[in-house]
Amino acid sequence: MAFTAFAGTATAVAEPAPRRRSPIALLLLLPGIFYLILFFVTPLISLVITSLQAPDPLIFGQYVNAFNWQNYVAVLEQYWPQAIRSAGYAALATLFALLIGFPLAYFIGITLRPFPLLQSLALVLVIAPFFISFLLRTLAWKQIFSVEGPVAGILSSLGALPPGVSITGTTFSVVFGLTYNFIPFMVLPIYATLVSLDLRLLEAGNDLYGSPATTFRTVTLPLSAAGVMSGTLLTFIPAAGDYINASREFLGATDTTMIGNVIEANFLVLQNFPAAAALSLILMAFILVLVAAYVKRSGTEDLL
Amino acid sequence: MKGFGKYAIWAYSIMAFVFLLIPIAYTVAFSFNDSRRTNIIWSGFTLENWLTVCEAQGVCEAFGNSLLIGVAATILATTLGTMIAIALVRYRFRFRNATTLLIFLPMATPEVVLGAGLAAQFLQAGVPKGIGTVILAHTLFCLSFVVVTVRSRVVSLNPALEEAGRDLYASPVQVFWRITFPMLLPGIVAAALLSFALSFDDFIITNFNRGADVTFPSYIYTAAARGIPAEANVIASAVFFLAIALVLIAQLSAAARRRQLAKAA
Repeated sequence: MAFTAFAGTATAVAEPAPRRRSPIALLLLLPGIFYLILFFVTPLISLVITSLQAPDPLIFGQYVNAFNWQNYVAVLEQYWPQAIRSAGYAALATLFALLIGFPLAYFIGITLRPFPLLQSLALVLVIAPFFISFLLRTLAWKQIFSVEGPVAGILSSLGALPPGVSITGTTFSVVFGLTYNFIPFMVLPIYATLVSLDLRLLEAGNDLYGSPATTFRTVTLPLSAAGVMSGTLLTFIPAAGDYINASREFLGATDTTMIGNVIEANFLVLQNFPAAAALSLILMAFILVLVAAYVKRSGTEDLL
Repeated sequence: MKGFGKYAIWAYSIMAFVFLLIPIAYTVAFSFNDSRRTNIIWSGFTLENWLTVCEAQGVCEAFGNSLLIGVAATILATTLGTMIAIALVRYRFRFRNATTLLIFLPMATPEVVLGAGLAAQFLQAGVPKGIGTVILAHTLFCLSFVVVTVRSRVVSLNPALEEAGRDLYASPVQVFWRITFPMLLPGIVAAALLSFALSFDDFIITNFNRGADVTFPSYIYTAAARGIPAEANVIASAVFFLAIALVLIAQLSAAARRRQLAKAA
């Protein structure tokens, strides 16, 4: 749904073609479905098998298939601070993205509606960060926030920051980076709902002596709720699993590590595959519960 | 009060746009930095980096790998995804809800889980990791986005046009290639561009499945510890300007077409 913004808003046709039964459907579906089963469903099964493996008693660093469910208990005991931190950071980033993104989407979808050219330019500006490397734009913030950077300079000359103290490697900088990087995912779906909002409804609110605040609360907000819902989901999911912003080379430090960092380290560095797999599945389960709650309220077809 | 609200939203939005553009401006500016070893502190303007992009070790190879992976994954994902999108809108079949769920789930799965899952599978199957496994992984996560993008186009397609083709004795193949496909093309192109952009900039899934092969984002990640060469900024800036130019051309031509249609009506 967010990405209809890229394809241009679809106009509904008066009479949709009736859905037919045909063997062609199978021919069209099978290759893609087969691909999804081979590279999405079986990897998830691989993760389940891996997460239950036990260390090989004979060869150090190898694992054998087992039913070692204690892996889950062990990773939760060891990494619960990172798990809670991930949920907290992602929730904060989603909140800030909403606070910045909603007015922006309102501005593009409603305020700029009389100026179509400005409107399309503004939309291009929102997706512009997608076109510059994710890692480079995160590094740019790191350098802007660094001890030699402009922000630290201004803050310390105002006496707000002791000299030599870094802004990077803090909760602030990680949440800041997450917020920045996922704002377009918040703006686009909200914009998509606001752009089709009938302005006469706002006029009606005004005619009925509703203050701008009342009209906003009783008309605009309910009508853009679907966009807000998919926006928060599209921001929260990548933010909760992200490990670039929180990593030491970027905006984080050792005490800001998130669950993504732990999964990466266990898989690629420590080669503790069962722990990485168990953590991945815990993260996936957490996200799925969240998504299911959303789907229950709005339906899958709406999210797509 | 009403006037104040208008000014406030303009001011707030302009500040938000500035905020969105700061790191882009920074990255582009530092592609012109006269840096010797590390590109952290500004030390003068130069065009040198733009003229000798490939001199920094490994930058151009990484860029080439990313292009190759992006093109291959885009072709695979766009083909498979367009077929699914047409089937979803046009045909009735069993397990329809299960199919929709299967397409939706990869988009709701955090990248780190997709990456680790594929890596675990390649490990168990004994497949050596490299550019090939990265292409397979990228095709997977682009596929769902293609289905969503093309589907909205199929929904908006007027079936009367295809009926007219059939009435004029066109074969089903002719109807598809002469009517359906050209009308779906804007959606397919948008989906392909989105796929390429997602693939080109992906780091997390790539990092789990690349083995020893280096892509542009993974080059930057490794280089981040010792300092990014300005040449990386040059490539990122060039890609940025190219993409913005493409989007602006598409927007302006769409606006021109709308104006023409309005005049004709």
